[in-house]
Amino acid sequence: MAEEDDDIVLAELPDDELVPQMQDDLYDGLRDEVVEGVEILLSRGWAPYRVLTEALVSGMTVVGHDFRDGILFVPEVLLAANAMKGGMSLLKPLLAETGAPRMGKMVIGTVKGDIHDIGKNLVAMMMEGAGFEVVDLGINTDVDRYLVALETEQPDILGMSALLTTTMPYMKIVIDTMAEKGIRDDYIVLVGGAPLNEEFGRAIGADAYCRDAAVAVETAKTFVARKHNSAAAG
Amino acid sequence: MTDALSRLLAERDWLMADGATGTTLFNMGLSSGEAPEFWNADEPDKIRALYRGSVEAGSDIFLTNSFGGNASRLRLHEAQDRVGELNRLAGALAREVADAAGRPVVVAGSVGPTGEIMEPMGPLSYARAVEIFHEQAEGLKEGGVDLLWVETISAPDEYRAAAEAAKLADMPWCGTMSFDTAGRTMMGMTSAGLAELVEKLPYKPLAFGANCGVGASDLLRTVLGFAAAGTEWPIIAKGNAGIPKYVDGHIHYDGTPELMADYAVLARDCGATIIGGCCGTTPEHLQAMRAALETRPRGPRPSLDEITDRLGGFSSASDGTGDGEGPARAPRRRRRS
Repeated sequence: MAEEDDDIVLAELPDDELVPQMQDDLYDGLRDEVVEGVEILLSRGWAPYRVLTEALVSGMTVVGHDFRDGILFVPEVLLAANAMKGGMSLLKPLLAETGAPRMGKMVIGTVKGDIHDIGKNLVAMMMEGAGFEVVDLGINTDVDRYLVALETEQPDILGMSALLTTTMPYMKIVIDTMAEKGIRDDYIVLVGGAPLNEEFGRAIGADAYCRDAAVAVETAKTFVARKHNSAAAG
Repeated sequence: MTDALSRLLAERDWLMADGATGTTLFNMGLSSGEAPEFWNADEPDKIRALYRGSVEAGSDIFLTNSFGGNASRLRLHEAQDRVGELNRLAGALAREVADAAGRPVVVAGSVGPTGEIMEPMGPLSYARAVEIFHEQAEGLKEGGVDLLWVETISAPDEYRAAAEAAKLADMPWCGTMSFDTAGRTMMGMTSAGLAELVEKLPYKPLAFGANCGVGASDLLRTVLGFAAAGTEWPIIAKGNAGIPKYVDGHIHYDGTPELMADYAVLARDCGATIIGGCCGTTPEHLQAMRAALETRPRGPRPSLDEITDRLGGFSSASDGTGDGEGPARAPRRRRRS
Protein backbone atom coordinates (compact mmCIF):
# COMPACT_ATOMS: atom_id res chain seq x y z
CA MET A 1 0.00 0.00 0.00
CA ALA A 2 3.06 2.23 0.29
CA GLU A 3 2.81 3.50 -3.29
CA GLU A 4 -0.84 4.27 -2.78
CA ASP A 5 -0.03 6.28 0.35
CA ASP A 6 2.23 8.49 -1.68
CA ASP A 7 -0.57 9.09 -4.16
CA ILE A 8 -2.83 10.82 -1.66
CA VAL A 9 -2.26 14.55 -1.63
CA LEU A 10 -4.75 15.96 0.83
CA ALA A 11 -4.73 19.45 -0.65
CA GLU A 12 -5.87 18.08 -4.01
CA LEU A 13 -8.95 16.32 -2.61
CA PRO A 14 -12.33 18.04 -2.82
CA ASP A 15 -14.09 18.57 0.53
CA ASP A 16 -16.33 15.53 0.15
CA GLU A 17 -13.29 13.26 -0.22
CA LEU A 18 -11.01 15.11 2.15
CA VAL A 19 -13.34 14.77 5.14
CA PRO A 20 -13.68 10.96 4.93
CA GLN A 21 -9.92 10.75 4.34
CA MET A 22 -9.34 12.80 7.49
CA GLN A 23 -11.64 10.47 9.40
CA ASP A 24 -9.63 7.50 8.16
CA ASP A 25 -6.38 9.24 9.10
CA LEU A 26 -7.79 9.99 12.54
CA TYR A 27 -8.77 6.35 12.87
CA ASP A 28 -5.23 5.37 11.99
CA GLY A 29 -3.70 7.84 14.42
CA LEU A 30 -1.89 9.85 11.74
CA ARG A 31 -1.43 13.10 13.64
CA ASP A 32 0.47 15.09 10.99
CA GLU A 33 -2.08 14.23 8.31
CA VAL A 34 -4.99 15.19 10.55
CA VAL A 35 -3.37 18.53 11.37
CA GLU A 36 -2.78 19.12 7.67
CA GLY A 37 -6.41 18.31 6.88
CA VAL A 38 -7.61 20.81 9.48
CA GLU A 39 -5.37 23.50 7.99
CA ILE A 40 -6.72 22.82 4.50
CA LEU A 41 -10.37 22.99 5.56
CA LEU A 42 -9.74 26.23 7.46
CA SER A 43 -7.97 27.70 4.43
CA ARG A 44 -11.02 26.78 2.34
CA GLY A 45 -13.14 28.91 4.63
CA TRP A 46 -14.69 26.23 6.85
CA ALA A 47 -15.80 27.53 10.24
CA PRO A 48 -13.70 26.03 13.04
CA TYR A 49 -16.80 24.51 14.64
CA ARG A 50 -17.71 22.78 11.39
CA VAL A 51 -14.20 21.31 11.12
CA LEU A 52 -14.45 20.10 14.69
CA THR A 53 -17.84 18.41 14.37
CA GLU A 54 -17.87 17.16 10.77
CA ALA A 55 -14.26 16.05 10.39
CA LEU A 56 -12.87 15.33 13.85
CA VAL A 57 -15.72 14.47 16.22
CA SER A 58 -17.46 12.28 13.65
CA GLY A 59 -14.15 10.50 13.02
CA MET A 60 -13.63 9.89 16.73
CA THR A 61 -17.19 8.55 16.94
CA VAL A 62 -16.16 5.74 14.60
CA VAL A 63 -13.10 5.10 16.77
CA GLY A 64 -15.35 5.00 19.82
CA HIS A 65 -17.77 2.55 18.25
CA ASP A 66 -14.99 0.21 17.13
CA PHE A 67 -13.43 0.38 20.59
CA ARG A 68 -16.81 -0.46 22.13
CA ASP A 69 -17.23 -3.37 19.71
CA GLY A 70 -13.80 -4.88 20.40
CA ILE A 71 -12.31 -3.99 17.00
CA LEU A 72 -9.90 -1.37 18.30
CA PHE A 73 -8.04 -1.56 21.62
CA VAL A 74 -6.38 0.93 23.91
CA PRO A 75 -3.16 1.50 21.91
CA GLU A 76 -5.05 2.41 18.72
CA VAL A 77 -7.46 4.62 20.65
CA LEU A 78 -4.59 6.47 22.31
CA LEU A 79 -2.98 7.10 18.92
CA ALA A 80 -6.28 8.33 17.48
CA ALA A 81 -6.81 10.59 20.49
CA ASN A 82 -3.31 11.96 20.01
CA ALA A 83 -4.08 12.75 16.36
CA MET A 84 -7.32 14.40 17.47
CA LYS A 85 -5.37 16.51 19.95
CA GLY A 86 -3.13 17.66 17.11
CA GLY A 87 -6.15 18.94 15.21
CA MET A 88 -7.67 20.42 18.36
CA SER A 89 -4.54 22.44 19.14
CA LEU A 90 -5.20 24.40 15.95
CA LEU A 91 -8.94 24.69 16.50
CA LYS A 92 -9.09 25.50 20.21
CA PRO A 93 -8.07 29.19 20.04
CA LEU A 94 -10.24 29.70 16.96
CA LEU A 95 -13.27 28.11 18.60
CA ALA A 96 -12.90 30.42 21.58
CA GLU A 97 -12.60 33.48 19.30
CA THR A 98 -15.65 32.59 17.26
CA GLY A 99 -17.79 31.79 20.29
CA ALA A 100 -18.68 28.34 18.98
CA PRO A 101 -21.12 26.29 21.06
CA ARG A 102 -19.60 24.00 23.70
CA MET A 103 -20.13 20.26 23.68
CA GLY A 104 -20.08 20.29 27.46
CA LYS A 105 -17.68 20.15 30.37
CA MET A 106 -16.70 17.27 32.64
CA VAL A 107 -14.90 17.08 35.96
CA ILE A 108 -13.38 13.63 36.41
CA GLY A 109 -11.34 11.87 39.08
CA THR A 110 -10.52 8.46 40.56
CA VAL A 111 -12.10 8.22 44.01
CA LYS A 112 -10.41 8.42 47.39
CA GLY A 113 -8.31 5.39 48.28
CA ASP A 114 -7.83 4.41 44.67
CA ILE A 115 -4.72 5.18 42.67
CA HIS A 116 -5.66 3.53 39.38
CA ASP A 117 -5.78 5.97 36.53
CA ILE A 118 -5.49 4.28 33.14
CA GLY A 119 -9.25 3.88 32.67
CA LYS A 120 -9.94 7.37 33.94
CA ASN A 121 -7.28 8.84 31.64
CA LEU A 122 -8.75 7.00 28.71
CA VAL A 123 -12.21 8.42 29.41
CA ALA A 124 -10.71 11.91 29.71
CA MET A 125 -8.93 11.51 26.37
CA MET A 126 -11.99 10.14 24.59
CA MET A 127 -14.17 12.90 26.03
CA GLU A 128 -11.70 15.51 24.81
CA GLY A 129 -11.67 13.69 21.50
CA ALA A 130 -15.43 14.09 21.34
CA GLY A 131 -15.02 17.83 21.89
CA PHE A 132 -15.80 18.02 25.62
CA GLU A 133 -13.78 20.18 27.95
CA VAL A 134 -12.30 17.97 30.68
CA VAL A 135 -10.94 18.91 34.10
CA ASP A 136 -8.98 15.97 35.49
CA LEU A 137 -8.67 15.86 39.28
CA GLY A 138 -6.30 12.87 39.15
CA ILE A 139 -6.29 9.97 41.59
CA ASN A 140 -7.30 9.55 45.24
CA THR A 141 -9.93 12.30 45.08
CA ASP A 142 -11.86 12.95 48.29
CA VAL A 143 -15.36 14.37 48.46
CA ASP A 144 -14.14 17.87 49.31
CA ARG A 145 -11.99 18.05 46.20
CA TYR A 146 -14.91 16.92 44.05
CA LEU A 147 -17.19 19.55 45.59
CA VAL A 148 -14.67 22.37 45.22
CA ALA A 149 -14.16 21.44 41.56
CA LEU A 150 -17.92 21.37 40.91
CA GLU A 151 -18.19 24.82 42.47
CA THR A 152 -15.28 26.40 40.62
CA GLU A 153 -15.55 24.63 37.26
CA GLN A 154 -19.34 24.47 36.93
CA PRO A 155 -19.25 21.37 34.70
CA ASP A 156 -22.23 19.60 33.16
CA ILE A 157 -20.91 16.21 34.20
CA LEU A 158 -19.16 14.66 37.17
CA GLY A 159 -17.26 11.48 36.32
CA MET A 160 -15.96 9.11 39.00
CA SER A 161 -13.76 6.08 38.49
CA ALA A 162 -12.75 3.21 40.79
CA LEU A 163 -10.84 0.05 40.02
CA LEU A 164 -11.05 -1.58 43.41
CA THR A 165 -14.02 -3.28 44.98
CA THR A 166 -12.97 -1.59 48.22
CA THR A 167 -13.04 1.92 46.79
CA MET A 168 -16.14 1.81 44.62
CA PRO A 169 -18.50 2.39 47.59
CA TYR A 170 -16.86 5.80 48.02
CA MET A 171 -18.81 6.99 44.97
CA LYS A 172 -21.96 6.72 47.04
CA ILE A 173 -20.43 8.97 49.71
CA VAL A 174 -19.80 11.65 47.09
CA ILE A 175 -23.31 11.38 45.64
CA ASP A 176 -24.91 11.37 49.10
CA THR A 177 -22.94 14.47 50.06
CA MET A 178 -24.06 16.21 46.88
CA ALA A 179 -27.66 15.32 47.76
CA GLU A 180 -27.25 16.69 51.30
CA LYS A 181 -26.00 19.98 49.87
CA GLY A 182 -28.93 20.06 47.48
CA ILE A 183 -26.74 20.08 44.37
CA ARG A 184 -27.10 16.46 43.24
CA ASP A 185 -29.51 17.26 40.42
CA ASP A 186 -27.41 20.13 39.09
CA TYR A 187 -24.99 17.62 37.54
CA ILE A 188 -24.98 14.51 35.42
CA VAL A 189 -23.12 11.87 37.45
CA LEU A 190 -21.41 9.11 35.46
CA VAL A 191 -19.45 6.29 37.08
CA GLY A 192 -17.12 3.65 35.71
CA GLY A 193 -14.38 1.16 36.53
CA ALA A 194 -13.69 -2.52 36.04
CA PRO A 195 -15.55 -3.94 39.07
CA LEU A 196 -18.68 -1.81 38.62
CA ASN A 197 -21.88 -2.66 36.82
CA GLU A 198 -25.22 -1.07 35.98
CA GLU A 199 -26.85 -2.43 39.09
CA PHE A 200 -24.18 -0.76 41.23
CA GLY A 201 -24.59 2.54 39.40
CA ARG A 202 -28.30 2.51 40.14
CA ALA A 203 -27.81 1.42 43.75
CA ILE A 204 -25.61 4.40 44.56
CA GLY A 205 -27.77 6.94 42.72
CA ALA A 206 -25.57 7.73 39.70
CA ASP A 207 -27.22 8.78 36.44
CA ALA A 208 -25.43 6.03 34.56
CA TYR A 209 -22.71 3.41 34.72
CA CYS A 210 -20.39 3.45 31.69
CA ARG A 211 -18.81 0.16 30.74
CA ASP A 212 -15.90 1.76 28.89
CA ALA A 213 -14.63 5.06 27.56
CA ALA A 214 -16.66 4.83 24.35
CA VAL A 215 -19.86 4.25 26.26
CA ALA A 216 -18.94 7.16 28.55
CA VAL A 217 -18.76 9.48 25.54
CA GLU A 218 -22.08 8.27 24.10
CA THR A 219 -23.78 8.52 27.48
CA ALA A 220 -22.38 11.99 28.09
CA LYS A 221 -23.66 13.19 24.71
CA THR A 222 -27.14 11.78 25.36
CA PHE A 223 -27.44 13.27 28.82
CA VAL A 224 -26.09 16.69 27.81
CA ALA A 225 -28.54 16.82 24.89
CA ARG A 226 -31.38 15.87 27.22
CA LYS A 227 -30.29 18.55 29.69
CA HIS A 228 -30.22 21.20 26.97
CA ASN A 229 -33.62 20.11 25.71
CA SER A 230 -35.21 20.27 29.12
CA ALA A 231 -33.55 23.64 29.76
CA ALA A 232 -35.04 24.90 26.48
CA ALA A 233 -38.44 23.49 27.41
CA GLY A 234 -38.31 24.90 30.92
CA MET B 1 16.57 -28.07 36.54
CA THR B 2 17.60 -26.70 39.89
CA ASP B 3 14.71 -24.42 40.71
CA ALA B 4 11.88 -25.47 43.03
CA LEU B 5 9.08 -25.07 40.47
CA SER B 6 10.80 -27.16 37.79
CA ARG B 7 11.35 -29.92 40.36
CA LEU B 8 7.65 -29.97 41.27
CA LEU B 9 6.60 -29.81 37.62
CA ALA B 10 8.79 -32.85 36.93
CA GLU B 11 7.06 -34.85 39.65
CA ARG B 12 3.44 -33.85 39.19
CA ASP B 13 1.09 -33.27 36.27
CA TRP B 14 -0.81 -30.42 37.96
CA LEU B 15 0.02 -27.92 40.68
CA MET B 16 -2.23 -25.64 42.66
CA ALA B 17 -1.33 -21.99 43.05
CA ASP B 18 -2.90 -19.58 45.54
CA GLY B 19 -5.93 -17.29 45.63
CA ALA B 20 -6.53 -13.62 46.37
CA THR B 21 -4.05 -11.40 48.16
CA GLY B 22 -5.92 -8.09 48.10
CA THR B 23 -9.32 -9.55 49.06
CA THR B 24 -7.74 -11.38 52.02
CA LEU B 25 -5.79 -8.37 53.27
CA PHE B 26 -8.86 -6.12 53.07
CA ASN B 27 -10.71 -8.72 55.13
CA MET B 28 -7.90 -8.43 57.70
CA GLY B 29 -8.47 -4.70 57.98
CA LEU B 30 -6.26 -3.13 55.33
CA SER B 31 -7.89 0.15 54.43
CA SER B 32 -8.34 1.04 50.81
CA GLY B 33 -5.73 3.39 49.46
CA GLU B 34 -3.08 2.01 51.78
CA ALA B 35 -0.24 0.18 50.03
CA PRO B 36 -0.58 -3.53 50.97
CA GLU B 37 3.22 -3.83 50.73
CA PHE B 38 3.62 -1.61 53.82
CA TRP B 39 2.24 -4.47 55.87
CA ASN B 40 5.35 -6.52 55.09
CA ALA B 41 7.07 -4.14 57.51
CA ASP B 42 4.21 -3.00 59.76
CA GLU B 43 2.01 -6.10 60.12
CA PRO B 44 4.27 -9.12 59.48
CA ASP B 45 1.99 -11.48 61.42
CA LYS B 46 -0.93 -10.69 59.14
CA ILE B 47 1.22 -11.33 56.08
CA ARG B 48 2.34 -14.65 57.57
CA ALA B 49 -1.35 -15.47 58.16
CA LEU B 50 -2.13 -14.59 54.52
CA TYR B 51 0.60 -16.94 53.29
CA ARG B 52 -0.33 -19.72 55.72
CA GLY B 53 -3.95 -19.52 54.54
CA SER B 54 -2.87 -20.61 51.06
CA VAL B 55 -0.37 -23.23 52.26
CA GLU B 56 -2.86 -24.80 54.69
CA ALA B 57 -5.54 -24.88 51.97
CA GLY B 58 -3.18 -26.98 49.84
CA SER B 59 -1.42 -24.53 47.52
CA ASP B 60 1.83 -25.84 46.02
CA ILE B 61 2.79 -22.32 44.97
CA PHE B 62 1.95 -19.03 46.61
CA LEU B 63 2.62 -15.43 45.66
CA THR B 64 4.29 -12.83 47.82
CA ASN B 65 2.62 -9.61 48.94
CA SER B 66 4.54 -7.45 46.48
CA PHE B 67 2.15 -6.93 43.55
CA GLY B 68 2.40 -3.14 43.72
CA GLY B 69 5.97 -3.19 45.03
CA ASN B 70 7.62 -1.45 42.10
CA ALA B 71 8.93 2.12 42.14
CA SER B 72 6.22 3.34 39.80
CA ARG B 73 3.36 2.15 42.03
CA LEU B 74 5.06 2.87 45.37
CA ARG B 75 5.72 6.44 44.22
CA LEU B 76 1.98 7.05 44.58
CA HIS B 77 2.50 6.41 48.29
CA GLU B 78 5.78 8.36 48.33
CA ALA B 79 7.60 5.10 49.05
CA GLN B 80 9.61 4.70 45.86
CA ASP B 81 12.78 4.50 47.97
CA ARG B 82 11.47 1.42 49.84
CA VAL B 83 11.33 -0.98 46.88
CA GLY B 84 14.27 -3.09 48.04
CA GLU B 85 13.16 -3.27 51.67
CA LEU B 86 9.45 -4.07 51.07
CA ASN B 87 10.18 -6.76 48.49
CA ARG B 88 12.91 -8.34 50.58
CA LEU B 89 10.49 -8.53 53.55
CA ALA B 90 7.70 -9.94 51.33
CA GLY B 91 10.07 -12.68 50.18
CA ALA B 92 11.60 -13.41 53.59
CA LEU B 93 8.23 -13.83 55.34
CA ALA B 94 7.10 -16.13 52.53
CA ARG B 95 10.30 -18.17 52.71
CA GLU B 96 9.76 -18.67 56.44
CA VAL B 97 6.17 -19.93 55.92
CA ALA B 98 7.09 -22.16 52.97
CA ASP B 99 10.02 -23.75 54.78
CA ALA B 100 7.79 -24.61 57.74
CA ALA B 101 5.15 -26.28 55.53
CA GLY B 102 6.57 -29.79 55.82
CA ARG B 103 6.24 -30.36 52.05
CA PRO B 104 7.70 -28.61 49.02
CA VAL B 105 5.99 -25.24 48.56
CA VAL B 106 7.19 -22.77 45.95
CA VAL B 107 7.53 -19.10 46.84
CA ALA B 108 6.70 -16.94 43.83
CA GLY B 109 7.69 -13.29 44.05
CA SER B 110 4.71 -11.32 42.73
CA VAL B 111 5.54 -8.60 40.21
CA GLY B 112 2.55 -6.55 39.06
CA PRO B 113 2.36 -3.99 36.27
CA THR B 114 3.94 -0.55 36.51
CA GLY B 115 0.56 1.06 35.88
CA GLU B 116 2.11 3.28 33.23
CA ILE B 117 1.41 3.21 29.52
CA MET B 118 4.50 2.42 27.49
CA GLU B 119 5.95 4.40 24.62
CA PRO B 120 4.94 5.46 22.01
CA MET B 121 1.36 5.69 23.37
CA GLY B 122 2.43 6.66 26.88
CA PRO B 123 5.42 7.98 28.80
CA LEU B 124 7.17 4.78 29.98
CA SER B 125 10.26 3.77 28.01
CA TYR B 126 11.22 0.12 27.62
CA ALA B 127 14.58 0.72 29.31
CA ARG B 128 12.93 2.37 32.30
CA ALA B 129 10.43 -0.49 32.61
CA VAL B 130 13.29 -3.00 32.71
CA GLU B 131 14.99 -0.92 35.38
CA ILE B 132 11.81 -0.73 37.50
CA PHE B 133 11.21 -4.49 37.32
CA HIS B 134 14.87 -5.30 37.91
CA GLU B 135 15.00 -3.26 41.09
CA GLN B 136 11.98 -5.15 42.43
CA ALA B 137 13.37 -8.51 41.29
CA GLU B 138 16.60 -7.98 43.25
CA GLY B 139 14.62 -7.23 46.41
CA LEU B 140 12.52 -10.37 46.03
CA LYS B 141 15.62 -12.44 45.30
CA GLU B 142 17.34 -11.16 48.40
CA GLY B 143 14.25 -12.13 50.42
CA GLY B 144 14.63 -15.70 49.19
CA VAL B 145 11.83 -16.26 46.67
CA ASP B 146 12.18 -19.28 44.38
CA LEU B 147 11.15 -17.41 41.25
CA LEU B 148 9.52 -14.25 39.98
CA TRP B 149 5.82 -14.26 39.13
CA VAL B 150 4.90 -11.49 36.72
CA GLU B 151 1.12 -11.00 36.64
CA THR B 152 -1.83 -8.94 35.37
CA ILE B 153 0.22 -7.52 32.50
CA SER B 154 -1.63 -6.13 29.48
CA ALA B 155 1.08 -4.72 27.16
CA PRO B 156 3.46 -7.03 25.24
CA ASP B 157 6.38 -4.65 25.79
CA GLU B 158 5.83 -4.65 29.52
CA TYR B 159 5.90 -8.46 29.50
CA ARG B 160 9.16 -8.37 27.53
CA ALA B 161 10.63 -5.84 29.94
CA ALA B 162 9.78 -8.05 32.93
CA ALA B 163 11.43 -11.02 31.18
CA GLU B 164 14.57 -9.01 30.63
CA ALA B 165 14.58 -7.93 34.27
CA ALA B 166 14.30 -11.57 35.38
CA LYS B 167 17.32 -12.38 33.25
CA LEU B 168 19.29 -9.47 34.75
CA ALA B 169 18.42 -10.75 38.23
CA ASP B 170 19.32 -14.28 37.12
CA MET B 171 15.97 -15.60 38.37
CA PRO B 172 13.56 -18.11 36.84
CA TRP B 173 10.15 -16.61 36.20
CA CYS B 174 6.53 -17.16 35.23
CA GLY B 175 4.33 -14.55 33.58
CA THR B 176 0.58 -14.10 33.15
CA MET B 177 -1.50 -11.47 31.43
CA SER B 178 -5.00 -10.29 32.27
CA PHE B 179 -7.48 -10.83 29.41
CA ASP B 180 -10.32 -8.54 30.41
CA THR B 181 -11.41 -6.72 27.23
CA ALA B 182 -13.47 -8.72 24.74
CA GLY B 183 -11.27 -11.75 25.46
CA ARG B 184 -8.05 -9.79 24.94
CA THR B 185 -5.86 -7.75 27.24
CA MET B 186 -6.62 -4.05 27.60
CA MET B 187 -3.87 -3.45 25.05
CA GLY B 188 -5.47 -5.82 22.55
CA MET B 189 -3.27 -8.90 23.04
CA THR B 190 -4.96 -12.23 22.26
CA SER B 191 -4.24 -15.57 23.93
CA ALA B 192 -2.61 -16.75 20.70
CA GLY B 193 -0.55 -13.55 20.67
CA LEU B 194 0.85 -14.23 24.13
CA ALA B 195 1.70 -17.84 23.21
CA GLU B 196 3.59 -16.51 20.20
CA LEU B 197 5.33 -13.81 22.24
CA VAL B 198 6.57 -16.43 24.72
CA GLU B 199 8.06 -18.47 21.87
CA LYS B 200 10.05 -15.46 20.74
CA LEU B 201 11.39 -14.35 24.11
CA PRO B 202 15.14 -14.80 24.49
CA TYR B 203 14.74 -15.57 28.21
CA LYS B 204 11.77 -17.93 28.54
CA PRO B 205 9.39 -18.29 31.48
CA LEU B 206 8.94 -21.66 33.19
CA ALA B 207 5.22 -21.30 32.57
CA PHE B 208 2.88 -18.64 31.23
CA GLY B 209 -0.84 -17.98 31.23
CA ALA B 210 -3.73 -15.81 32.35
CA ASN B 211 -4.85 -14.29 35.64
CA CYS B 212 -7.66 -12.08 36.89
CA GLY B 213 -9.73 -10.85 33.92
CA VAL B 214 -13.50 -11.15 33.90
CA GLY B 215 -14.95 -14.48 35.06
CA ALA B 216 -14.02 -18.14 35.22
CA SER B 217 -15.56 -18.88 31.79
CA ASP B 218 -13.57 -16.19 29.99
CA LEU B 219 -10.37 -17.35 31.66
CA LEU B 220 -10.87 -20.90 30.42
CA ARG B 221 -11.58 -19.69 26.88
CA THR B 222 -8.18 -17.97 27.09
CA VAL B 223 -6.53 -21.20 28.29
CA LEU B 224 -8.09 -23.04 25.32
CA GLY B 225 -6.59 -20.33 23.12
CA PHE B 226 -3.10 -21.00 24.52
CA ALA B 227 -3.54 -24.73 23.99
CA ALA B 228 -4.83 -24.24 20.44
CA ALA B 229 -1.69 -22.21 19.69
CA GLY B 230 0.25 -25.43 20.22
CA THR B 231 2.39 -24.18 23.08
CA GLU B 232 4.68 -26.62 24.84
CA TRP B 233 5.10 -24.50 27.95
CA PRO B 234 3.08 -25.27 31.08
CA ILE B 235 -0.04 -23.09 31.15
CA ILE B 236 -1.14 -21.10 34.20
CA ALA B 237 -4.83 -20.45 34.98
CA LYS B 238 -5.55 -18.04 37.83
CA GLY B 239 -9.11 -16.78 37.51
CA ASN B 240 -11.29 -14.65 39.77
CA ALA B 241 -13.90 -16.25 41.98
CA GLY B 242 -16.78 -15.05 39.86
CA ILE B 243 -17.82 -11.45 39.37
CA PRO B 244 -17.97 -8.81 42.10
CA LYS B 245 -21.46 -7.88 43.31
CA TYR B 246 -22.48 -5.00 45.51
CA VAL B 247 -24.56 -6.30 48.40
CA ASP B 248 -25.61 -4.15 51.37
CA GLY B 249 -22.72 -1.76 51.01
CA HIS B 250 -20.10 -4.48 50.65
CA ILE B 251 -18.47 -6.20 47.72
CA HIS B 252 -18.97 -9.88 47.34
CA TYR B 253 -17.61 -12.18 44.64
CA ASP B 254 -20.36 -14.44 43.40
CA GLY B 255 -18.18 -17.49 42.71
CA THR B 256 -18.86 -20.22 45.28
CA PRO B 257 -16.27 -22.82 46.37
CA GLU B 258 -18.28 -25.36 44.34
CA LEU B 259 -18.02 -23.24 41.18
CA MET B 260 -14.29 -22.74 41.69
CA ALA B 261 -13.88 -26.51 42.17
CA ASP B 262 -15.57 -27.05 38.78
CA TYR B 263 -13.42 -24.30 37.30
CA ALA B 264 -10.21 -25.93 38.60
CA VAL B 265 -11.02 -29.33 37.09
CA LEU B 266 -12.13 -27.77 33.80
CA ALA B 267 -8.95 -25.66 33.70
CA ARG B 268 -6.91 -28.85 33.91
CA ASP B 269 -9.03 -30.43 31.15
CA CYS B 270 -8.44 -27.31 29.03
CA GLY B 271 -4.70 -27.85 29.28
CA ALA B 272 -3.61 -25.83 32.31
CA THR B 273 -0.91 -27.30 34.55
CA ILE B 274 -0.75 -24.61 37.25
CA ILE B 275 -4.21 -23.76 38.55
CA GLY B 276 -5.18 -21.18 41.13
CA GLY B 277 -7.53 -18.31 41.81
CA CYS B 278 -7.26 -14.55 41.82
CA CYS B 279 -9.55 -11.83 43.26
CA GLY B 280 -12.21 -13.16 45.63
CA THR B 281 -10.58 -16.60 45.98
CA THR B 282 -10.38 -17.43 49.70
CA PRO B 283 -8.75 -20.44 51.43
CA GLU B 284 -12.22 -22.02 51.48
CA HIS B 285 -12.32 -21.85 47.68
CA LEU B 286 -8.79 -23.24 47.50
CA GLN B 287 -9.68 -26.23 49.69
CA ALA B 288 -12.59 -27.09 47.40
CA MET B 289 -10.34 -26.70 44.35
CA ARG B 290 -7.64 -28.91 45.81
CA ALA B 291 -10.12 -31.61 46.78
CA ALA B 292 -11.65 -31.58 43.30
CA LEU B 293 -8.27 -31.73 41.55
CA GLU B 294 -7.25 -34.70 43.73
CA THR B 295 -10.47 -36.68 43.54
CA ARG B 296 -12.06 -36.00 40.18
CA PRO B 297 -10.77 -37.72 37.06
CA ARG B 298 -9.35 -35.87 34.10
CA GLY B 299 -11.77 -35.42 31.22
CA PRO B 300 -11.50 -34.55 27.55
CA ARG B 301 -10.77 -30.94 26.59
CA PRO B 302 -14.14 -29.19 27.01
CA SER B 303 -15.86 -27.25 24.24
CA LEU B 304 -16.81 -23.60 24.68
CA ASP B 305 -20.44 -24.69 25.13
CA GLU B 306 -19.52 -27.09 27.91
CA ILE B 307 -17.65 -24.29 29.68
CA THR B 308 -20.61 -21.91 29.54
CA ASP B 309 -22.98 -24.68 30.66
CA ARG B 310 -20.90 -25.33 33.76
CA LEU B 311 -19.56 -21.88 34.65
CA GLY B 312 -21.75 -19.31 32.90
CA GLY B 313 -21.54 -17.20 29.73
CA PHE B 314 -18.64 -15.31 28.20
CA SER B 315 -18.30 -11.52 28.38
CA SER B 316 -17.90 -11.23 24.59
CA ALA B 317 -18.83 -13.30 21.56
CA SER B 318 -15.27 -13.59 20.27
CA ASP B 319 -11.80 -13.42 21.81
CA GLY B 320 -10.00 -12.45 18.61
CA THR B 321 -8.59 -15.90 17.87
CA GLY B 322 -9.58 -18.71 15.53
CA ASP B 323 -11.31 -18.69 12.16
CA GLY B 324 -14.49 -16.92 13.10
CA GLU B 325 -12.50 -13.84 14.11
CA GLY B 326 -14.37 -10.98 15.61
CA PRO B 327 -15.97 -7.96 14.13
CA ALA B 328 -13.69 -6.16 11.68
CA ARG B 329 -13.71 -2.83 9.99
CA ALA B 330 -13.84 -2.32 6.26
CA PRO B 331 -10.47 -1.46 4.74
CA ARG B 332 -9.67 2.20 4.28
CA ARG B 333 -7.58 3.98 1.74
CA ARG B 334 -4.59 4.69 3.91
CA ARG B 335 -3.64 2.51 6.84
CA ARG B 336 -1.31 2.78 9.73
CA SER B 337 1.84 0.92 8.71
